[in-house]
Amino acid sequence: MLQMFLRRLFLGAITVAIVSMIIFAGVEILPGDACTAFLEREAQGRVLENCREELDLNRPAVVRYLDWASDALRGDLGVSANGQRSIAEMVGARLQNSLLLAACALIVGVPTAIFLGVVSGLWRDRPVDLVLSTGAIFAMTIPEFVSATVLILVFSVWLGWLPGIVLTSANAPASEFFPEIILPVVVLAMVMTAHILRTVRSSVIEVMNSDYVQMATLKGVPYWRMVFRHALPNALLPAINVVALTIAWLLGGVVVIEVVFNYPGLGRMMIDAISDRDLPVVQAIALIVATVYVGVNLTADLLTMVANPRLRTLYTRK
Amino acid sequence: MTDTPVIQLSDLSIGFTGRAGHTLPVLRNIELTVRPGESIGLVGESGSGKSTVALAAMGYLKRGLRVLGGSATFEGHDMFALSRKELESLRGGHLALIPQNSGQSLTPTLRIGAQLTEALRLHSRLDPAQFPARVLELLGQVRLPDPQAITRRYPHELSGGQQQRVAIAMALAGEPRALLLDEPTTGLDVTTQAHILELLRDLARETGMAMVYVSHDLGAIARVCDRVVVMYAGEVVMEGSARQVLTAPTHPYARGLLASIPKLSDPHLPMALGGRPPAPGGAGDGCAFVDRCALASDLCRTSRPMLAPGPGGAPVRCHHADRADTLPMSSQGDHAARAEAGTAPVLSLQDLEIRYSKPGILDRLRGREDTRPATVDDITISIAKGETLGLVGESGSGKSTILKTIAGLLPPADGEIRFDGDAPLPRSVEQRGPDHLRRIQLIFQNPDDSLNPRHTIAEILEQPLKLYFGLSGTALQDRCVEILERVRLGGHYLDRLPSQLSGGEKQRVAVARAFAANPDLVLCDEVTSALDVSVQAAVLELLNDLKAAQGTTYVFVSHDLAVVRALSDRVAVLYQGRLCEIGPSAEVYALPSHPYTEVLLGAVLEPDPDTVPKLTADDVIELSPPAKGCPFQRRCPRKIGAKCDTDTPPWQTRDDGHAIRCHIPLDDLHRQQHADS
Repeated sequence: MLQMFLRRLFLGAITVAIVSMIIFAGVEILPGDACTAFLEREAQGRVLENCREELDLNRPAVVRYLDWASDALRGDLGVSANGQRSIAEMVGARLQNSLLLAACALIVGVPTAIFLGVVSGLWRDRPVDLVLSTGAIFAMTIPEFVSATVLILVFSVWLGWLPGIVLTSANAPASEFFPEIILPVVVLAMVMTAHILRTVRSSVIEVMNSDYVQMATLKGVPYWRMVFRHALPNALLPAINVVALTIAWLLGGVVVIEVVFNYPGLGRMMIDAISDRDLPVVQAIALIVATVYVGVNLTADLLTMVANPRLRTLYTRK
Repeated sequence: MTDTPVIQLSDLSIGFTGRAGHTLPVLRNIELTVRPGESIGLVGESGSGKSTVALAAMGYLKRGLRVLGGSATFEGHDMFALSRKELESLRGGHLALIPQNSGQSLTPTLRIGAQLTEALRLHSRLDPAQFPARVLELLGQVRLPDPQAITRRYPHELSGGQQQRVAIAMALAGEPRALLLDEPTTGLDVTTQAHILELLRDLARETGMAMVYVSHDLGAIARVCDRVVVMYAGEVVMEGSARQVLTAPTHPYARGLLASIPKLSDPHLPMALGGRPPAPGGAGDGCAFVDRCALASDLCRTSRPMLAPGPGGAPVRCHHADRADTLPMSSQGDHAARAEAGTAPVLSLQDLEIRYSKPGILDRLRGREDTRPATVDDITISIAKGETLGLVGESGSGKSTILKTIAGLLPPADGEIRFDGDAPLPRSVEQRGPDHLRRIQLIFQNPDDSLNPRHTIAEILEQPLKLYFGLSGTALQDRCVEILERVRLGGHYLDRLPSQLSGGEKQRVAVARAFAANPDLVLCDEVTSALDVSVQAAVLELLNDLKAAQGTTYVFVSHDLAVVRALSDRVAVLYQGRLCEIGPSAEVYALPSHPYTEVLLGAVLEPDPDTVPKLTADDVIELSPPAKGCPFQRRCPRKIGAKCDTDTPPWQTRDDGHAIRCHIPLDDLHRQQHADS
């Protein structure tokens, strides 16, 4: 088990390393560099040379990559091209905000999704299930910016119940984001609920048709006891992985929502950095998001292994 | 009092609503009475509704099914009228079920102890403090060694036989008065099956419970049941004492079923029962069996026979039951085609050693040798052209592993494979040329898994033809039709998908695909295990015809000794990946035998209430072979001493080529075995 864990950790580290190379190479291939972006029209002749000298851009790419990577390992993500501020500091606050958004969405979304998925699976093909399944498909297919806009229109513009846009500054403490954070959380929760609900539903249906559920019924186990003791522990195993993917998505990929609601998270910072051609920041965020993805998936796999006795034996035997 | 039925099904019909909105019956007018202490066998092909009957007796219907009429009662309770609460208290209590596949019927996330305790909590009147002791007692009652350790295991950590025993213990927890068994030994090894059946017989006698035993295996039924009910297409077609049904059946279907079972004592191929049962609702007005019946007359087509006493008094559903005894009942099929003597070996395996595990990177770096015994070791066999070699053994004996290695799917760790006198065959399939690939073909156990469900039959057959013969256009089309006709299917099957075919038809397509390559050597891996007996007989007949026509060489792997006997010229017996015995099939099945062969043969159940299995060795499943000595040392009933643990036994070969690998001299072995039988 420990050996297995160490192996997975090692593979995860390699994945992150490869991703970091791709990120670095991608930025390297783009025409121009931090200096041309920063100096804009003055980027020529001596000024450009001096700038490059100052930022050490004249050294070979491999050396610069190794420098960047080893600094990143120590938590130093370098300085931004515009304003020369420490990226670690800038990202820190944004990451906290993204975590806050993700945590709220998870706290709301995951229990709802699992509950509705189980309901939908147990009452398969009944009206409840039809409503929930159809609703889930709608929530999945309507793009977030559309549902976000509709919610803003209804709850902020027409009803005036909730603020439609986040005006709190990036460095404000978490408590100040309420109630502005409610609408973005609702939109995110809707999308993720749909995904998790569908996985849980099909898994519940499969398990409820399994031989052991039939056996439990024929053994005289009362229905709800059968559901909670025999069916759900097995049916919820696949949900762990979907939840993990959702967490990863929440932490890195909710760019659209952050832009629509003007939420100061990592995603919007990334967009801003791209439009400013602030390449060191882009690199840093991409690296963080990749690490989060790998870490969350690793955690999910380990959890599945702990929760599933069959996998546990498989790996302890080895 | 004893005559009050425990279970009674009266005029029970169950069905579902088809796509077109019609009601399609799955069971029609079932009458079944089970009295206390009685054990009744329900037999029939898959789809005959026998499992549905057992589940209906518990008031349980599979999704989509509903009761169309009639009733099912248990001790006077109408099972389909009870509330959910009342059902829950009966089920698993006085009326318990033992499922077909206990491996999948035990909840994977709960420990065995927890599942048994749950059964006690639901149905036992014991004080909860006594539950742990009772759990151990139940596990002991089903003869599981070390019950304490078993309670802490998860279901997947037990062998198939152990899982089945746990399921039986769980059923016994509620002190049942009636036990329903749904194919409880299907999928288990012969020795395990025989032990489980003996256990059930003993338990029935000890506890006086009634049993309804559902199975397609007439051998198992013969061993356990007093009365037998034969089902066909959702109807009871015959009912009577086990002796009556198994030795003098009066329904043509029952006779056909018996004729299609290969028997150990009979070297003939079993006789196939042609055709297939009607789909639900497709039986029409007449007799459901009319299309497959040799006695069918116009009357059978227009009027459905009633269940009425036939000759001998047993109820039978046939207009012509009085003439049924003109139909054959034992296998009068052909003798298997035999190889010409003295031909050169087409395949020879030399000192083959196969390992699944590879040494880990660390071990390889440190230069450590793998000291674990190989999965398969020391296999030397040669097979003559046109010969059929049967490979038998329990699950885990390495028989399928050897096939995979011959096919190149699993390269051997050591030893060589020579094919057709050539230089050694490349070890893996990637290194072999198209000619070798074409000449060695493999047919798998389950056609549902080996045929691509999205390819039509034409696409499946075209692949080898295009690949090996470069055929195209009408030549390709014609060849496909020709091949299909050779497996008795016909060109109209070309556009169909595997899902539109029955199990037997699918396996024929798999056979056709192998023969499309015009192979010299065909490897058959349990090719009939997933099929009904009547269909199995047809596939065996087909394989035999193809062999007679083309002189194909077969390596035929099966756990069913009777099937192997019917088809093989020579038989090799494997235990834990090592050869125990090899020789002409008539010799291997006669005395003297290797003690392991003796154990296997003793556990085979014949469809005859008068034969008793001889159980000698335990049904313990060994996970790995012993490091040295005889592979069978730990289970051998004739073990002679420390020599068996330390020395590899020598081959003792007789003039007819029959060889046994044992420390006991053959004459002694023969004398001992003769005295015991």
